[in-house]
Amino acid sequence: MTNNALGRPDFDLIASWVQPGERVLDLGCGDGALLKLLAKDRGARAWGVELDDANVLAAIKNGVNVIQSNLEEGLAGFEDGAFEHVVLSRTLQTMRHTEGILAEMLRVGRDVVVSFPNFAYWKNRMAIMSGHMPVSEDLPHEWFNTPNVRFFAIPDFEDLCQRMGVTIREREVLDDKGNLVTDEPNFLGSLAVYRLRRGA
Amino acid sequence: MSIPPDSVGAVVAQRAHFDQPLPLKSGAVIPAYDLAFETYGTKNAAGSNAILVCHALSGSHHVAGHYADQPGNVGWWDNLVGPGRPLDTNRFFVVGVNNLGGCHGSTGPSSPNPATGKPWGADFPMVTVEDWVEAQARLADHLGIEAWAAVLGGSLGGMQALQWAISFPERVRHCLVIAAAPRLTAENIAFNEVARQAILTDPDFHGGNFYEFGVRPVRGLRLARMLGHITYLSDDQMAEKFGRKMRNDSPSYGFEVEFEIESYLRYQGDKFAGFFDANTYLLMTKALDYFDPALATGGNLQAALARARAKFLVASFSTDWRFSPSRSREIVNALVHNGQDVAYANLSSNFGHDSFLMEDRQYHAVMRAYLEGIGT
Repeated sequence: MTNNALGRPDFDLIASWVQPGERVLDLGCGDGALLKLLAKDRGARAWGVELDDANVLAAIKNGVNVIQSNLEEGLAGFEDGAFEHVVLSRTLQTMRHTEGILAEMLRVGRDVVVSFPNFAYWKNRMAIMSGHMPVSEDLPHEWFNTPNVRFFAIPDFEDLCQRMGVTIREREVLDDKGNLVTDEPNFLGSLAVYRLRRGA
Repeated sequence: MSIPPDSVGAVVAQRAHFDQPLPLKSGAVIPAYDLAFETYGTKNAAGSNAILVCHALSGSHHVAGHYADQPGNVGWWDNLVGPGRPLDTNRFFVVGVNNLGGCHGSTGPSSPNPATGKPWGADFPMVTVEDWVEAQARLADHLGIEAWAAVLGGSLGGMQALQWAISFPERVRHCLVIAAAPRLTAENIAFNEVARQAILTDPDFHGGNFYEFGVRPVRGLRLARMLGHITYLSDDQMAEKFGRKMRNDSPSYGFEVEFEIESYLRYQGDKFAGFFDANTYLLMTKALDYFDPALATGGNLQAALARARAKFLVASFSTDWRFSPSRSREIVNALVHNGQDVAYANLSSNFGHDSFLMEDRQYHAVMRAYLEGIGT
């Protein structure tokens, strides 16, 4: 891992995109670690959405604004353009309504930040080549207990963005140690982090 | 009866008298009044560890513990409040108060009207949630509490907590709104109206002045409670607890108690009608109906809540259809819109609206976690 104290290298990237005073909505916020970072270190106004009881409890213990709700049901209740940033960190691959949640994020947020494990990372490719489903730093589950229901790679996601008429403002790709990858991102990158906006 | 170590133990009800007239929202004025209250834990020197617990329709100031001479008379939210319990009396000074218009020791319709010497009865003025909060603020003054570390309540109690955050933004640091709503729906008011009609049409009601006739409208009160009780439970829970179970093996083809649910409702109705004041029941249901903090801001809840300075915990229960989770979400959505701090737990529970009084693991863990985060 990197020197990231939280052990979530994408958090530092996301935090660097958020300006003090901005409103952030973190979808699938888990125990609220990113919310805490954004609120304390970046001076942002941050709320999270989480479904799992244990995570909601952990987030409340962390003293962050967590809202218990099911993302698969959309973001009803949040108004259009209510947030400067809407974050979906390592969660898109667990959702069935992929386009639906992206459209909802683009509705309520100015910038949409999405991170996901790159299925085409070389170690994952090696695993498949050796005849097994990949288990890695960014895909930590076995096939029988994974929460992931969508498996996709960097170019696949970018195709979808194009189809949805979404502009990619920024893209950062990390290897499984959390180091930035510049060359051959779809081969050397384990985790992709995007910053998107509505429209071309 | 052994007392658990995390109980507040034996408690004593107190009473405060207020001489300064209280102008009410209706335009009426209560010239002087008493409030019954209880406290648990110790107030710190700065008075910064005080938490107010607001009661719902049938509750009282007796939130926790028991009375020395009545060991079975345990407070209505005892499972939440005590040393080491989620609302930890080792840290917090907890105050329970019986609302104005109540029948547990505070001035209400069954108290003597100083103008006549007879019970107030029908002459007791209509009280609203705003009025209760004003009266509670005077109790806070009386107790030397400048600002509450938290105000909390379930159902109608949650509405009071919400009103506190709006009426006295600088006096509430945290607001815990459990199984409540920003205003009642027509369906909800309809249930209350049926309950009121049961009481109002009872021949023993005597226009609210039944005290002088030496009777009580127990039939009406009993029906009101039976109806209310149905709406506080969930279909699942009723199916599980009673189903179609009957007392006898074969049907009697009559109207005597036969199904277990009938027996249960009659028991609950009788128990309640045995002690509760019918006029208080009317007032409490009306306070519920009138509650609508957004009325003053043209129906805009966001604008109504914008005054609040408190941080919020909002909680709802999955099987609560009287105050459904979507009503709690209205509060949450308005707070998020305003940029206010709020945590929201939508708890899975089988017990309908009454869930807020139950000892559910996740529910109490959430309450404990939030309350532990409150500085004193």
